[in-house]
Amino acid sequence: METEETLRAWLLQGLAGDAEAYQRFLKALSAHVRAFLRRRLAQRPDDVEDLVQETLLAVHHRRHTYRPELPLTAWVHAIARYKLVDWLRARATKEAVTDPFDDGADEFFAGADDEAAMARRDLGLLLQALPERQRLPIVHMKLEGLSVVETARLTGMSESAVKVGVHRGLKALAALVRRSAS
Amino acid sequence: MNTDEFIRLLAADAPPVPARAMERRFALAVALGLAGAAALMLGVFGLRRDWDVVLALPMFWGKFALGGSLAVLGLAALLRMARPGMPWRRAALWLALPPAVMWLPAGLALAAAAAPERLPLLLGSTWRSCPFNITLLSLPALAALLWALRGAAPTRLAWAGVGAGLLAGALGVLVYALHCPEMAAPFVALWYLAGMALPTALGALLGSRLLRW
Repeated sequence: METEETLRAWLLQGLAGDAEAYQRFLKALSAHVRAFLRRRLAQRPDDVEDLVQETLLAVHHRRHTYRPELPLTAWVHAIARYKLVDWLRARATKEAVTDPFDDGADEFFAGADDEAAMARRDLGLLLQALPERQRLPIVHMKLEGLSVVETARLTGMSESAVKVGVHRGLKALAALVRRSAS
Repeated sequence: MNTDEFIRLLAADAPPVPARAMERRFALAVALGLAGAAALMLGVFGLRRDWDVVLALPMFWGKFALGGSLAVLGLAALLRMARPGMPWRRAALWLALPPAVMWLPAGLALAAAAAPERLPLLLGSTWRSCPFNITLLSLPALAALLWALRGAAPTRLAWAGVGAGLLAGALGVLVYALHCPEMAAPFVALWYLAGMALPTALGALLGSRLLRW
């Protein structure tokens, strides 16, 4: 992958009107954005490419907000994060109406030969035993890698409630695992 | 659509970006806000008439120092909030300085006054209307700054709204000082801040609703 310095040079040429450099910038950037989103949307690989395009579109439309003295990583990361949280929030509202664990049911047998998928499924079942105020903070922070602040915004809980939820939820999960093992 | 195809489409529609495009938009918003506030002030409240006396009063200039310093610091913080990945918290902390400085003469005046005179120093004769008048004058700037932010990329929407509201309030103070008859430091330290707090709160409410992108 190209270095940040190369990408930055292409972006600056693109901002000055060089369409070819700009296209090289977007192409190289898409690989970074894809990697960033894949790590955070491990549960939903099918949605990654949609969100990659959405993020590129945002970068394109907001490219005038880049300043040469601003590290490119910080700028792109902030945009990708904003789009990811926005997408997760929209999704959370949609799933509040339906059952969030229903659409995992048809993946159960599809992933049966895959240990990671099994582990995820088991974790999903265990998580279901937790009350929402503990389950949601764990799902967002520990599985999707969001920060306390983002999780609080997404769930409408206070930041301290999120931290308490993670703490108590992990304790309760450990207790559940111990009980099912014995 | 395939992402490579998508990228080609984006790159085909990428005219050069004018230098300082964002700063220009915010400068225009500030100018529109000041013009709107001036029009409202002249139409609704009217200018002071006693200019020969007023221009010699330190508190008249103190009001401009308060509004002007908050406007400059507020604009600097807001421009940072409008860019993804730009740190802005330290810039926002500076905004606590002008109100703190304003409370020095206000506290001294209160301490020097006899007990029965303190309340009149704080309330003046227009405390009921002053915060709402400042809020009214700040509305054009608030609208213009939210418009400018919609063309930028704030990632903390409510905070960006707070920044826009505070800057709008400071611009409102600058214009309201041309009308306001109150000259006691305690009054200014209390009610001018209240007058800026209202648009700030309004900005927080509007920011999370209007600034999504």
